[in-house]
Amino acid sequence: MTAALEMRNITKEFPGVKALDDVTFTVKKGEIHALCGENGAGKSTLMKVLSGLYPTGSYDGHILINGEEKRFSGIKDAEEAGIAIIYQELALVKDLSIAENLFLGKEKARFGIINWERVFKESERWLAEVGLTDVSPETPTGTLGIGKQQQVEIAKALSKNAGILILDEPTAALTEQEVAILLDILREFRKRGVTCIYISHKLNEVFSIADSITVLRDGRTIGTYPAREINEEKVISLMVGRELKELFPRIEAKPGDVVLRVEDYSVLHPQFAGKKVIDNITFEVRKGEIFGIAGLMGAGRTELVMSLFGSYPGESVGLVEIDGKPVRIRNTEQAIREGMALVSEDRKKFGLVLGMDIKSNLTLASLPMFAAGGVLDPNREVASGNESIRALRIKAGSVETVVGTLSGGNQQKVVLGKWLLTKPKILILDEPTRGIDVGAKFEIYNMMNELIRQGVAIIMVSSELPELLGMSHRIMVIAEGKRVAEFRAKDATQERIMTAATGGKGG
Amino acid sequence: MDTVTTKQARRANWFKFDARAYTMIGALLAIWVLFSLLHERFLTATNLSNLFLQMSVTAILAIGMVLVIVAGHIDLSIGSLVGFTGGVAAMLNVWYDWSTIPVIVVTVAIGAAAGLVQGWIIAYKAVPAFIVTLGGMLVFRGLLFGSTGSVTVAPLSPSLKSIGQSYTSDVVGWIFGIAGLLVAAYLVILKRASRRKYGFDVEPLAISLLRMILVGALILGFVAVMNSYKGIPVPFVMVVVLALVFTFISKNTTFGRQVYAIGGNAEAARLSGINIRRKVLLVFVLCNTLAAVAALVLTARLNAATMSAGQNYELDAIAACVIGGTSLVGGSGTIVGALIGALVMGSLDNGMSLMNMESFWQYIVKGGILVLAVYVDIYSRKRKKAQS
Repeated sequence: MTAALEMRNITKEFPGVKALDDVTFTVKKGEIHALCGENGAGKSTLMKVLSGLYPTGSYDGHILINGEEKRFSGIKDAEEAGIAIIYQELALVKDLSIAENLFLGKEKARFGIINWERVFKESERWLAEVGLTDVSPETPTGTLGIGKQQQVEIAKALSKNAGILILDEPTAALTEQEVAILLDILREFRKRGVTCIYISHKLNEVFSIADSITVLRDGRTIGTYPAREINEEKVISLMVGRELKELFPRIEAKPGDVVLRVEDYSVLHPQFAGKKVIDNITFEVRKGEIFGIAGLMGAGRTELVMSLFGSYPGESVGLVEIDGKPVRIRNTEQAIREGMALVSEDRKKFGLVLGMDIKSNLTLASLPMFAAGGVLDPNREVASGNESIRALRIKAGSVETVVGTLSGGNQQKVVLGKWLLTKPKILILDEPTRGIDVGAKFEIYNMMNELIRQGVAIIMVSSELPELLGMSHRIMVIAEGKRVAEFRAKDATQERIMTAATGGKGG
Repeated sequence: MDTVTTKQARRANWFKFDARAYTMIGALLAIWVLFSLLHERFLTATNLSNLFLQMSVTAILAIGMVLVIVAGHIDLSIGSLVGFTGGVAAMLNVWYDWSTIPVIVVTVAIGAAAGLVQGWIIAYKAVPAFIVTLGGMLVFRGLLFGSTGSVTVAPLSPSLKSIGQSYTSDVVGWIFGIAGLLVAAYLVILKRASRRKYGFDVEPLAISLLRMILVGALILGFVAVMNSYKGIPVPFVMVVVLALVFTFISKNTTFGRQVYAIGGNAEAARLSGINIRRKVLLVFVLCNTLAAVAALVLTARLNAATMSAGQNYELDAIAACVIGGTSLVGGSGTIVGALIGALVMGSLDNGMSLMNMESFWQYIVKGGILVLAVYVDIYSRKRKKAQS
């Protein structure tokens, strides 16, 4: 029997990085095939190749569907070949009705005039296919819960005659009940011969539904295994099974007093009333230590630190103490005044004004320090900028270089430099080394060490386990908004953290 | 080999001085040359004096508009606000016999209050500026009609009139000119010294000198031409003073820096602890205060408050900013650019009126020039990007 899908020797390079290295991926007809791997292992890139987002020619290798070689020059080609992908971020137009969304781009129309009766009738049929019988096709999709929105997405995919359905982290935002419904729908599809590729970090789900499992690591295929012949522990070790080959210059912590104490802290979802993105978390951070926060994508790590920093739109409840005094931080201004600083995970979106020069970006969070009576002192700004460039080893022509032209590593150093000028007591680093080269990483690690020596408390959120293990003194693991485990550095291993983060029983 | 590269580097320096400023000045000169060829009276002292007088209102409005657009917003209400505050000034002066100083104070205060209300709705209630100021445009025009009973209010007292109609004496003009020259020279020297102190490249002395001589010739030539007619129009003196003050605000104050940061990346600005709402509110207060100042100038110049005063002035101001290089996306733009933009718009108005072109042609030409200017800007920026 020919495979429904065969991806042969796929190699995809980005400038400086090999995202996929000779990956081979075979999916049998009518099976549910799980694709597993750490953040950044290459799963999403592989699916983007498959869905035509990266067209033929931008990668090496071959794609065969039902034994026939296909060349996709765009998403449309892939759709015609029967491939439908449902992304983590749902792609529905929230103000349009279910029916309008289902037929977006292929409206049932004659001479441009839509035949609404036909649209509604067909919509009902497709909705029934995914078990959505209790909503009218006229309902605006924005009023549906996230689980039902996903069902609409699946119905939309089916209506395009999808033979291969790809679900990318479909359950990240779902409640347990909604997950159960989704898994039932997929089992029903399997009976009818729909092939499904299921990408998920949550191994318990993977094992409850998948027939085969393929593991990717660092852009390579590690292997494909029948689900019956393998278990969660084995998959985790395959996913993380790499040596700690990067150097981490960790120094011993001399933890001082507790600077930050967070007790029974919950954060509500800004849109879905009643949903908690952070659920009753308690922890404390001491002077002079690096406190790591681990968790899978969507576990709530970023939401937690953004909320503590007063910059998350959802409401929060619980106790936050800084230096033993309860504080109620409502906005970023206040957070900075209390001695907090946050280097966000997306430096281009949240960290930098790309069109401004280095010195203006550096002083942005501490402008009053460079002004008297509201008038800036350009000399002091330049002097301080030169000092930051020297201390952080930012490679740039001068302090007047526009930050948009710098490399990722140097941009990250500018963001870090901006916050160091505020002299923080608590420095929160969210993915501090994402997308930057090894040399710059190492320099940032050294800088972190220098800061804890000076008594700063660092909270580091990272998806890179080696980095967390290599630098942190304590690591808290979050899964689905809850604190599921905490390890001291010497007890933590990649396996134990992954087990806890994927919902297994951890330390 | 070495000498060649340094020579090339130096040559690059020659042209580095803001290519777009050159483009704008070049466009302005081209327009002037064209009009002077088409009409012999365009380049006379009388007409140039008129031109600078006429462009003053648009220029004052554009100065305030730059900050609004840089912050990522827009203000459509200022034309009507000019009409309304001008009406109030005329009523107080003509009907109630208020003297000049209280009229000025109250008029400017009304402008500031209008900015406070509009800015508050925009910044704190998150209603888009387009909508709020579109509403303001109708409301202020309505207030003008209602408060004046839709009649022209005239004539003003001589002292209020003088705001828009008087000229500096020859001596005062020369004092302004020479003071301007000395300040400009001092600033260039100061900048060179501080750049050298912090190890930046300093442009060759010859270029600094050349530029200083050019600027000096421009200033003194301007004063000479104006003096050969009646002197520098007082409204234009106000434009220069306001332009200096607002350039200082935009470049040298924390407030100015924060406004540019908000327009450049509001999220990054917010996460850097900048109180975005308060800054945006202040930006609208400044813009609308300047609208009241422009209203005083306009009313005084016309010696009357009319029902149609200020109509479409907001569009002229926006056009001046955009022609002067202010990006409607926010984050970039200069006061000087907006002034040149206002001068371009003013020159087109003046030249076409001089040639007795019918007004429909004037609209079409101005509209075309606006779109062309932005097209050229976007096109050249794309090319620059493709090259780098």
